[in-house]
Amino acid sequence: MELIRHNLPALIVVTPLVMGLLTSIIGRRGLGWWMAMGTTAAGLAMSVQLLVDVLSQGDRTLEYLMGNWPVPFGIGYSVDPLNATVLLIVSLLSAVITLYARKSVASEVPAGKLNFFYALWLFCITGLLGITITGDAFNLYVLLEISSLSTYTLVALGKDRNRRALTSAVNYLVLGSIGACFYLVGVAYLYMATGSLNIADIAERLQPIYASWGTDEPVYQKTVITGFAFMAVGLSLKLALFPLHGWLPNAYTYAPSSVSALLASTATKVGAYAFIRVIFTLVGVGFAFGRLHTDVALMVCSGAAILVGSWLAIRQTNVKKLLAYSSIAQIGYIALGFALANRDGITASVIHLFNHALTKGGMFLALGIVMYRVGGTRLSDLRGLGRKLPITMGAFTAGGLGLIGVPLTSGFISKWYLVSACLERGRYELAGVVLVGSVLALVYVWRVVETIYFGKREDEVTVREAPASMLVPTLILVGASIYFGVDSSFTTHIAGEAADFLLKVKP
Amino acid sequence: MTTPEQLAMLALGVPLIGFVLVAMSGRVPNVREAFTLLTALVTFACVAGLYPAVMRGEEVRFALLEVMPGVPLSFRVEPLGMVYALVATLLWIPNSLYSIGYMRANHEKNQTRFYACYPLAIASAVGIAFADNIFTMFVFYEMLTLSTFPLVTHKGTSDAMRSGRVYLGILLTTSVCFQLFAVLWIYVLSMGDTPAVESINFTVGGVFRDGLASNRIDPGIIGLLFFLYIYGIGKAALMPVHRWLPAAMVAPTPVSAFLHAVAVVKGGVFCVIKVSVYVFGVGTMQQYGLGNWLLYVAGATIIIASLIAAFQDNLKKRLAYSTISQLSYVVMATALLTPLSIMAATFHIVAHAFGKITLFFAAGSVYTASHKTQVSQLDGIGRRMPATMAAFTIGALSMIGVPPLVGFVSKWWLISSVIERGTLSGVDFSEGFVLAVIGASTLLNASYFLPIIYRAFFRPLADDDLKHPHGEAPMPMVYALSFTAALTVLFFFWHKPALDLAELVRRAAL
Repeated sequence: MELIRHNLPALIVVTPLVMGLLTSIIGRRGLGWWMAMGTTAAGLAMSVQLLVDVLSQGDRTLEYLMGNWPVPFGIGYSVDPLNATVLLIVSLLSAVITLYARKSVASEVPAGKLNFFYALWLFCITGLLGITITGDAFNLYVLLEISSLSTYTLVALGKDRNRRALTSAVNYLVLGSIGACFYLVGVAYLYMATGSLNIADIAERLQPIYASWGTDEPVYQKTVITGFAFMAVGLSLKLALFPLHGWLPNAYTYAPSSVSALLASTATKVGAYAFIRVIFTLVGVGFAFGRLHTDVALMVCSGAAILVGSWLAIRQTNVKKLLAYSSIAQIGYIALGFALANRDGITASVIHLFNHALTKGGMFLALGIVMYRVGGTRLSDLRGLGRKLPITMGAFTAGGLGLIGVPLTSGFISKWYLVSACLERGRYELAGVVLVGSVLALVYVWRVVETIYFGKREDEVTVREAPASMLVPTLILVGASIYFGVDSSFTTHIAGEAADFLLKVKP
Repeated sequence: MTTPEQLAMLALGVPLIGFVLVAMSGRVPNVREAFTLLTALVTFACVAGLYPAVMRGEEVRFALLEVMPGVPLSFRVEPLGMVYALVATLLWIPNSLYSIGYMRANHEKNQTRFYACYPLAIASAVGIAFADNIFTMFVFYEMLTLSTFPLVTHKGTSDAMRSGRVYLGILLTTSVCFQLFAVLWIYVLSMGDTPAVESINFTVGGVFRDGLASNRIDPGIIGLLFFLYIYGIGKAALMPVHRWLPAAMVAPTPVSAFLHAVAVVKGGVFCVIKVSVYVFGVGTMQQYGLGNWLLYVAGATIIIASLIAAFQDNLKKRLAYSTISQLSYVVMATALLTPLSIMAATFHIVAHAFGKITLFFAAGSVYTASHKTQVSQLDGIGRRMPATMAAFTIGALSMIGVPPLVGFVSKWWLISSVIERGTLSGVDFSEGFVLAVIGASTLLNASYFLPIIYRAFFRPLADDDLKHPHGEAPMPMVYALSFTAALTVLFFFWHKPALDLAELVRRAAL
């Protein structure tokens, strides 16, 4: 047991990787799902244990050396309250969505390809968990590509429903690869300046470089700035921060239902995490925000993301796409939080990573049920479903209230902290943007809710409520999203820990 | 023996239990309606049971849960909240009776949803009344909006949906963009080691006194916060955010009667008084002249809404604009910012509620018995529906402020407070303005209510109507409206409980 516990940081990444390989070979005839389910459940248990462990450490960090090679020579994994939280988000959501996936995927993906589907599914999760836990900038790139490449394929597997899944996947592939390349180029520049790939080590070696910039002989000034610029743009692409969000709506819309849910609730969250890590740990907030004023650019982009994303969401007729545009707006909230760089702002960001993952994940799962039972997710497909799928549609509506940020839903907690952070920084206009964003969310959510409950159907088809294996995961996510709005002590605690860690406040 | 805290918790909890019971008993309408009536009676009993404790000045407070660190859902029963809670829960009883008659006679659909939403709205109203901090008030304010939405759109027609959008759009937009902004601003100011604001709890005398005394907050910011709050409380229907109220008239009449003449709108003006007294503080606002603009906006709302009411042929619309105008009486009285005017404002919540619910009840009875909605169709209807139209007359005269009806009492206190203000701080333009508004509005009220009474009792029935004989509305409705009409008269003679509470509010505002 002690051996397992000591090696948890490695196991949490290696397990899905190995199981993914195994699944592709022996995962036929439904076995694939069982393997994926077991792996993600184990991942959830491991991430819970890691969170508990890291919060019990005095300095709130756990270091793990791959093969006991000392950093900066070997790859070091490093767990702190921030990435322990993100690990929990990714593993919780992947376990719940895997639970849901069985019937939904079987109806959308050809039976002969199910083993490959679940293998890719596990690779994607491997990548996401790895990006989160690694303490090595280059290793992060590798894992980014593992998750991205498997995601492109997973999106393309939606092709049997709609051929546009293929073009969406290619579009995502091109933009995603550009983003990954930009990140890699950035790592290379920083390597040139510092000669290291370990995040903590780079950060340490950057200090004398920064110090030299005030003197007559600045060293590597342009190199470091260029490197950070490449990284920032690359990660913004992965994060789908406005205006680099172009790949997201179609990829979410045409992917199989479970894939949309997994992507929406984890992939962009991990992108946001990586961005936070680069700014706060790698280059340092004094350089990124203090010297380069990236925070201003981020505030502008995220403010625009909130307004434009919500506005475009209002105009959609496909509900899946509507949720995708809403995600662009929600990414704006997350980016705005860490751009403000105060305790409440980072807390808001981390809380929203968590809350939005639950809420949006739950809503995509509810839509997946509509897809499963009705066969489409256009607004007209949802007409009058309030009576036919009362539980599913109730869950969707509750999730929608969370997106708006109605009090006693988790979305309200996020907004409370975010607006507080804006006001503390004296950015009243951004506080206004966030609140206007809520009103726009009201408009796009209410369009759907009205259709669900008051729309009239011409075709009186008999639609039965979803099977329990799909309903239960949906209710878990939506229920959790409500629960963390009523009692936010858990989320505010871990997010506060993460914020204190990033701002280097001693616990 | 239950403690006052337990009673207050019950007042919040009983409607929620009622909601579950009503929702589950949808198959047996008689049982469902019995649960509704029972819930209404028990809820009122709980609130009324708190009266002695409040009069003794006991502190009744409790917290339910800590939603965020330092931001709990907490409650405290104080005199002003008692007034609102008592009015809302008392009038829910006749309204339930009335609903039974109305919904059955008009063969409305989805009656279980209808009856299930009511207790939710009442629980929200009680939550607003007993809220101890600005966060709790906001939470229940939003809950009230959301729980009444299905009632507004009850008919489900495209017209109802359109009005529902206006209702939800205006109420949520104002509360999120303005009220929540103000709530969060005050919250942020209340943090730190030397906060500019004492706390987010409602505090006698306001929360800005220390900050102002030590120059930690600029009076201009307080003025801005006050503006955000006033327009963040869209339920007070101050122009120009009043449009939701006429839109809500698409709802079945019991909803209009109870929610859009009593619970929702009174929740709005109650919040206005509450934040004026317990957040901004009457003294602070007076010192920096924060209420002046509000006086004129409220006065203008009274006159303009009355003028619009006079031109409405639809009876419910006319009543809706009359409500907008009467709500601004409360706001205007608050904006006078003297302790006596706060008392008058508090009392007007009671006075207007009794009169207006009677008027709406009468309008719904007329609709149920004769399917008439327009004022111009009401010729001679008083002969066929004498009880209904007599109650209507009582309600209308109370609106105008004729003794011996409760409307006169509140007008008395309002005018007294204007005179007191003049003698205290010297007469200036504002006192004259208020008196002129009261006078003009009384005339306008008379001009749009008296013709209805004249038509009903003194005009002969139209030839068309002679072919369609009808009598009074179903008995439950007649009982309900007779009850509220009787209250309107009774409270002229016996308004001591309400006045005692209002007196306590006056002392809190000193």
